[in-house]
Amino acid sequence: MSNNNNNNPYKFIVKNLEVCYGDFRALKDVDLKIRSNAVTSIIGPSGCGKSTFLRAFNRMNDLIPNVSNKGVIKKDGKALEEMDIVDLRLSVGMIFQRPNPFPKSIFDNVAYGPRAHGLKSMPELEEIVERSLRQAVLWDEVKDTMKKSALALSGGQQQRLCIARALAVEPDVLLMDEPASALDPIATLKIEELIQELKHDYTIIIVTHNMQQAARASDYTAFFNMDEDRAGYLVEFGKTSKVFTYPKKKLTEDYISGRFG
Amino acid sequence: MTSDVESVVSRAKNKRNLHRQKAIQVFGYILVWLCGILAVAAVVWIIGYVLSQGLRVINLEFLTTRPAGGVSGEGGMSTTIVTTLYLVVLTIAIATPLGVGAAVYLVEYAGDASRESKLVAFLVKAARTGVEILAGVPSIIFGLFGFALFVSYLKLGFSLLSASLSGAALILPTIIRTSEEALLTVPRSYREGSLSLGATKWYTIFNVVLPTAMPGIVTGIVLSVGRIIAETAIFWVTLGGSYHLPKSIMNSGRSMALHVYMLASETRAFDKAMGTASILIITIIVLNLTINIVSRRLTARVTGKE
Repeated sequence: MSNNNNNNPYKFIVKNLEVCYGDFRALKDVDLKIRSNAVTSIIGPSGCGKSTFLRAFNRMNDLIPNVSNKGVIKKDGKALEEMDIVDLRLSVGMIFQRPNPFPKSIFDNVAYGPRAHGLKSMPELEEIVERSLRQAVLWDEVKDTMKKSALALSGGQQQRLCIARALAVEPDVLLMDEPASALDPIATLKIEELIQELKHDYTIIIVTHNMQQAARASDYTAFFNMDEDRAGYLVEFGKTSKVFTYPKKKLTEDYISGRFG
Repeated sequence: MTSDVESVVSRAKNKRNLHRQKAIQVFGYILVWLCGILAVAAVVWIIGYVLSQGLRVINLEFLTTRPAGGVSGEGGMSTTIVTTLYLVVLTIAIATPLGVGAAVYLVEYAGDASRESKLVAFLVKAARTGVEILAGVPSIIFGLFGFALFVSYLKLGFSLLSASLSGAALILPTIIRTSEEALLTVPRSYREGSLSLGATKWYTIFNVVLPTAMPGIVTGIVLSVGRIIAETAIFWVTLGGSYHLPKSIMNSGRSMALHVYMLASETRAFDKAMGTASILIITIIVLNLTINIVSRRLTARVTGKE
């Protein structure tokens, strides 16, 4: 196959992934291919390993003590374990469940990543900050209050600020862990619209509890469930339109029709 | 059961009993008030007495002339103000990096290291217990330690340096503990947010964790400043008591608290001891007000409610 990333239809290839916390197996036997420049949603009941799966893509699980991985995730053909952790996290941004802007000014929040990687020139930083805020559709709301504390923003604005902060280091992937679960419906809608905008340039993986959100916002859907031994596993994966209208498995159908979870 | 309940209810309805309950209520109320007033009155009385005695001798001359020594306690207190300032600055300069550094290690690194090795886990636990115990050790013990180690063994003599090193040992537990608590209140999501942007742990600690913990850390430092200003015994055995202005950190000196002690115990100038004590009290009060204002300002900045 070609090594050219632009022609590569798959951003990530996951093979036999297994994640354990100490003795507890959180995720087992996951095989999956994540499409480039598309939105892949991960759905499933609480405790099925959705977040664990998501955090495997930027090796955020490494922060947890006693964690062990088996299997392999390849990004653009390169195994994550072989990549430098800083390079990996530069190219794979993450948005968290609760907006977590730093207690700094709006400008300093967005400029944080570029500064952490050594950029000092103010004109360049200003350019990056403006571009990122525009991408996150927040620029018009904050352009006159860049020096104000980010914590004074509303929840929805804070989450878009976090997206801008992630975009500022120019990743090609965005991981989103229930990004709208702490937001009101209007703010949620804004985030979903933003996701549709961003998918032209980014590969997006989003964990969600919200069935409608997965149906509305994603191109592909992965449904996870939990085994009797509480290990999460992949039940079904496919185009969102297929998974939601003609699920192959009974379990998927039960879940998306709200019979459990 | 029902009859028991009924009897309680009927007893409560008994008028005489109700009066008694009310009387107890009022009595208790008065008692608590009296305790409160007594406690405040004692403090006000002490401060008022010292100030009323002391303010009589305080004037510009008393503040700006140096003590002259001797049993009559001639002169003012100028050098002791400056020496106190030197002592505070030097002690804080020694203790803050050590204390905050130790707290950063305990909160940010020790957990991971403890899981890696049992020896480290044991050492960390020992360090935590040590800090707890040190916080309760009387200051004169630190003084004796400082005298034995810095003054005698290391031959630093009675000097600002010996005193600051001993003082630093005295306030280290406070700084470590307040910093540790401040670091623990920093949400994990801040750390994750920073790491997810590819920032290193070191960068994360310096640029997100420490700034967020700053109000707590500063409070610990200012409390320690108060401690250094107020302590006497520890500096009696490490700073010496020279009333000359120290020309270098190797010189002996006399802090305000030490000056009060020496005037009161070795001279006839009890009024001047009161005068110095007044300045000491005013300094401490101003310092406490500053803590309140500064920590409120810093907290407002960190929480974005400016």
